Amino acid sequence: MSEATLHQERAAASLRLERALLALGIVALIAAPFVIYPIFVMKMLCFALFACAFNLLLGYTGLLSFGHAAFFGGAAYFCAYAVKAWGWPPEAGILLGTAGAACMGLVMGFLAIRRQGIYFSMITLALAQMFYFFCVQAPFTEGEDGIQGVPRGTLFGVLDLGDTMNMYFFVLAVFLIGAFAIWRIVNSPFGMILRSIRENENRAISLGYSVGRYKLAAFVMSAALAGLAGATKAIVFQFATLTDVTWQMSGEVILMNLLGGIGTMVGPAVGAGLVVGLENTLATSGFPVTIATGLIFMICVLIFRRGIVGEIYARWLGR
Amino acid sequence: MTTFFGIPIQALLGQLLVGLINGSFYAMLSLGLAVIFGLLRIINFAHGALYMLGAFIGYLLLVQLGIGYWPALIIVPAIVGLFGMVVERVALSRLYRLDPLYGLLFTFGLALVIEGVFRYFYGVSGNPYAVPALLAGGTNLGFMFLPNYRGWVVVASLIVCIGTWLLIEKTRLGSYLRAATENPELVQAFGVNVPLLLTLTYGLGAALAGLAGILAAPVYQVSPLMGSDLIIVVFAVVVVGGMGSILGAIVTGYMLGLAEGLTKVFYPEASNLVVFVIMAIVLLLRPAGLFGRDA
Repeated sequence: MSEATLHQERAAASLRLERALLALGIVALIAAPFVIYPIFVMKMLCFALFACAFNLLLGYTGLLSFGHAAFFGGAAYFCAYAVKAWGWPPEAGILLGTAGAACMGLVMGFLAIRRQGIYFSMITLALAQMFYFFCVQAPFTEGEDGIQGVPRGTLFGVLDLGDTMNMYFFVLAVFLIGAFAIWRIVNSPFGMILRSIRENENRAISLGYSVGRYKLAAFVMSAALAGLAGATKAIVFQFATLTDVTWQMSGEVILMNLLGGIGTMVGPAVGAGLVVGLENTLATSGFPVTIATGLIFMICVLIFRRGIVGEIYARWLGR
Repeated sequence: MTTFFGIPIQALLGQLLVGLINGSFYAMLSLGLAVIFGLLRIINFAHGALYMLGAFIGYLLLVQLGIGYWPALIIVPAIVGLFGMVVERVALSRLYRLDPLYGLLFTFGLALVIEGVFRYFYGVSGNPYAVPALLAGGTNLGFMFLPNYRGWVVVASLIVCIGTWLLIEKTRLGSYLRAATENPELVQAFGVNVPLLLTLTYGLGAALAGLAGILAAPVYQVSPLMGSDLIIVVFAVVVVGGMGSILGAIVTGYMLGLAEGLTKVFYPEASNLVVFVIMAIVLLLRPAGLFGRDA
């Protein structure tokens, strides 16, 4: 069997596996709130979307942003403020949060793509930290308290989100729309160019692509989707606080990707579920979350770089 | 009272001194980062944690064993440096063949663990470390009052920075190091033990961070969080300076510290932000950094 057909076989097998997992996942998610505490599943879904949005950048464009908390937490603030202070309906608040995150992504991305590799990571980290300091001081974020008591409101004026099941299926819909958008982006011609930049940036340049623009576009899309996740989380939990804009949060979303499998469609979502679940478990056990997170980071980097889903792909497809 | 743009000159000089102190730590830490990055191609996220480790070891030596500041100046860098060498041997040495991002991620995890352990045992509150008796009090310079210890920090950091620069630029070991930065395979072929050089380099960088930590202990409170806030600012310093030159890292460190001090006088709300704003401006005008060689 030639190299090319072998490759095609693997790609087809990988696609079949992904479709099977996808169908299984959707059924499980529809059933989940009847079995598990719905708020917990909603938290998982928000973080899963956040992690998938991050993967669009790290996994498919090869850019490690260390500042995605700014988009996630920033959008949460914008949404919470619009809904609480201006009385906007939830869908408008979420759209505003998403748009705000996209604008921030445009500015941060524009600065960060001026350097490559490790510098890119440091710049995003520094700019996100700058945004964190801004949030600490700006009056609209209400400082250490955060924006509390955000009303969930009525979706499109008909669906009362105060009801947990309504809220759950709305979050599930947001997650699925977001995940579908990422899947479409990744598998479009645009996504292929992003992958070529990841594989060999210089060759992409020599083929005539304005790599900078593609990187920036990917950055803005990733920021907007991270914002969508953050704004939705603000509606679910009815608050937006500083926790979501800290560098620890940026680290957490990297961990979700690393643990689940960078550059796989479902890996980041799996990683997000595990990290959120782990934190929930540790919260009651008294073992410090930071130490656990740090240890998982070190172990993943040393011996488990493909992540769980990446490892499954590798085993099942005999790579 | 003499004023300068409507600001009392004493306040101005006082804030400039604070800026110079902060700049001293930025310089020492970005120097260590640059040394490590130059040879290992790893951005050491754990640098802030090693700095905190240095301050804490100094604090514990004093509280638990009664070992004072002056012996600690030797003992602390030695312990932190050894710790760094163990980390390099056990873990970092396995990552050299991979994308440099993995080094960043590993040291990020390491930083979380070190910080987490100290938070678990000592909480988040700061612990004061008394100024050594020899340097207690202050000197009236006529135009301002200078606490002796702060003067010492500035002098000590200058000695450390210049010493490291001389070590790298003027000694045989330094020449091996620079050669290995350019082309490790070739240097290895000449019979230089490059893996050992890598271990020593990480140890040196870690020791520098530890030394900065013990120097900082009497100035700032010794707290598990003291490193993580600082390291991000130091990253911005490194982006501004570019990691191509050791001297560049040092000069940028002091400059940005002073800029921060000045901002505190004229527009205090922005003093946290100014380093990042300067970074953004430098990125717009000179993407490679002020002293950078690599784009």
